[in-house]
Amino acid sequence: MTLGGTGPPATPEPSPERGSRILGGRGVLISTASTVLFFAAIAVFIALAPGSGLVAERFFSPFHLWHSLVGTQSEPSVLSAFLLNVYIFAISEVLILVLALVIAVVRQIPGPAFFPLRMVAVAYTDLFRGVPLILVLYMIGFGVPGLGLTFFSYFSDVTYGIIALVLVYSAYVAEVYRAGIESIHESQNAAARSLGLSRWQSMRFVVLPQAIRRVIPPLLNDFIGLQKDTALVSVLGSIEAARAAQIYGASQFNYASYVVAALLFVLITIPLARFTDRLIARDKRRREAGTLA
Amino acid sequence: MKTETSPALVLEGVRKSFGENEVLKGIDLTVAPHEVVCLIGASGSGKSTLLRCVNLIEPLDAGRVVVEGAEITARGVNANHIRQRIGIVYQAFNLFPHMTVLRNITLAPREVLGMGRADAEEQALSLLERFGLSDRRNEYPDRLSGGQQQRVAIVRALAMRPHLMLLDEVTSALDPELVAEVLSVIRELAGEGMTMLIATHEMGFARDIADRVCFLEEGRILEEGPPERIFTSPENPRTRRFLSRIIAAGRL
Ligand SMILES: Nc1ncnc2c1ncn2[C@@H]1O[C@H](COP(=O)(O)OP(=O)(O)O)[C@@H](O)[C@H]1O
Ligand SMILES: [Mg+2]
Repeated sequence: MTLGGTGPPATPEPSPERGSRILGGRGVLISTASTVLFFAAIAVFIALAPGSGLVAERFFSPFHLWHSLVGTQSEPSVLSAFLLNVYIFAISEVLILVLALVIAVVRQIPGPAFFPLRMVAVAYTDLFRGVPLILVLYMIGFGVPGLGLTFFSYFSDVTYGIIALVLVYSAYVAEVYRAGIESIHESQNAAARSLGLSRWQSMRFVVLPQAIRRVIPPLLNDFIGLQKDTALVSVLGSIEAARAAQIYGASQFNYASYVVAALLFVLITIPLARFTDRLIARDKRRREAGTLA
Repeated sequence: MKTETSPALVLEGVRKSFGENEVLKGIDLTVAPHEVVCLIGASGSGKSTLLRCVNLIEPLDAGRVVVEGAEITARGVNANHIRQRIGIVYQAFNLFPHMTVLRNITLAPREVLGMGRADAEEQALSLLERFGLSDRRNEYPDRLSGGQQQRVAIVRALAMRPHLMLLDEVTSALDPELVAEVLSVIRELAGEGMTMLIATHEMGFARDIADRVCFLEEGRILEEGPPERIFTSPENPRTRRFLSRIIAAGRL
């Protein structure tokens, strides 16, 4: 990946943060007070609502929150199971970034000789964006082992899960890349070709680095989705966080384990989301600064 | 194939259409080594298209392009090789915004000519030095003025050591006060004997620098000749009309 490489120009940062005018001095006081009031009101409302005692016990019991997090003699730890989600996410993400890029680039190869290749790329994205992930999981995870192939039928559930995630998400991410590639003005390619660079060199050195930089925010967005969808791998039998939570909940008749699992997912997606926001804001500033067309 | 006597560039019956719109209707033009030819003509007359056809960025519909005795429109010619010897500079600069000035300039020498990094950078720096840009080498294009960007674009083309330079209205996108710095670079190149084909709206500049001026209208060269004659006593009534409009607009 060429995500690093030549860094983007350091944009001058004179513009005061949008909110700072409001948040100066008195503003901070007001926003703090209104935040406290707002959440206090919600807390009171919840506490007074009918059945709130039951909700607190079933969902937020400190005992169950803690024991589902770390596990018991008979129930798995949601936290250690969550490491499997992180593992699946990390491996899938790398494979998706590569496979999707290949698909997107193949789709851009001009010339009649490459028509079949382009067609395969188009068919691939159409197919895998249309089929629900869970069906792909079933087909790969149950179907392929059932074929009794010498090599491919003996992967672990997690591996089949990763394969299914990669197949489906690559279709989405390929489209994101493609949008990025098409957003780079043809004059950039013309300038590169005019210097004697081949089509491929122009793609590699001029078009792709700019395109990828442009699509980082939507890519991160897709990865937030991917992070959540790692939970679906549990349908193949892997005990990841959601499945571990379910096991705990079913044997203890308590849902605190689900809250724990949910919090773990949120905990890991929030930094991704904030990072995405920052990149989008940076892009916006840069566009407003009026750089080259 | 290259002989001392072959012209730098020969165009024969070059035609080009975009759909129904025939933009070049048979262009014949010969440029001698070290000659500077200026293309003038109204907007839309086909100047840019002609220049883009010369380096095959735009494929021709008919006709031949011969560069230093070798027909580049022949079958089986590798257009990438041809483009290495022809530098082109566009109106909109088209620098690579994600690369520093230095990297913009060294990219093609390194990737296309296979120059080592040190050599490519040394060459780039000496070119930048010559055009008063060496302090900008680590800047990104969007931190430069239009005039500086255009000079970098010229340097980038020169770094491939072209035998022929094509300039497409390189000052049209510039604020008036930045035009002079770019024109002086082109004058310097002309002084060194660079062969150039220049599309321009700067008639005063064309008169100074050109060995020959071609007036293009609706995809044809209607009149050509030395600038003294074209600008003072054009024969074709349409050339006369075009120039009087230019004079009325205060651009000559
Ligand atoms: N890529 C293109 N597709 C369609 N029409 C084009 C394209 N490029 C140029 N033209 C048309 O060709 C004509 C000549 O354009 P151009 O060569 O840019 O003229 P000039 O540079 O003299 O202003 C114009 O009518 C323009 O609309
Ligand atoms: Mg033009």
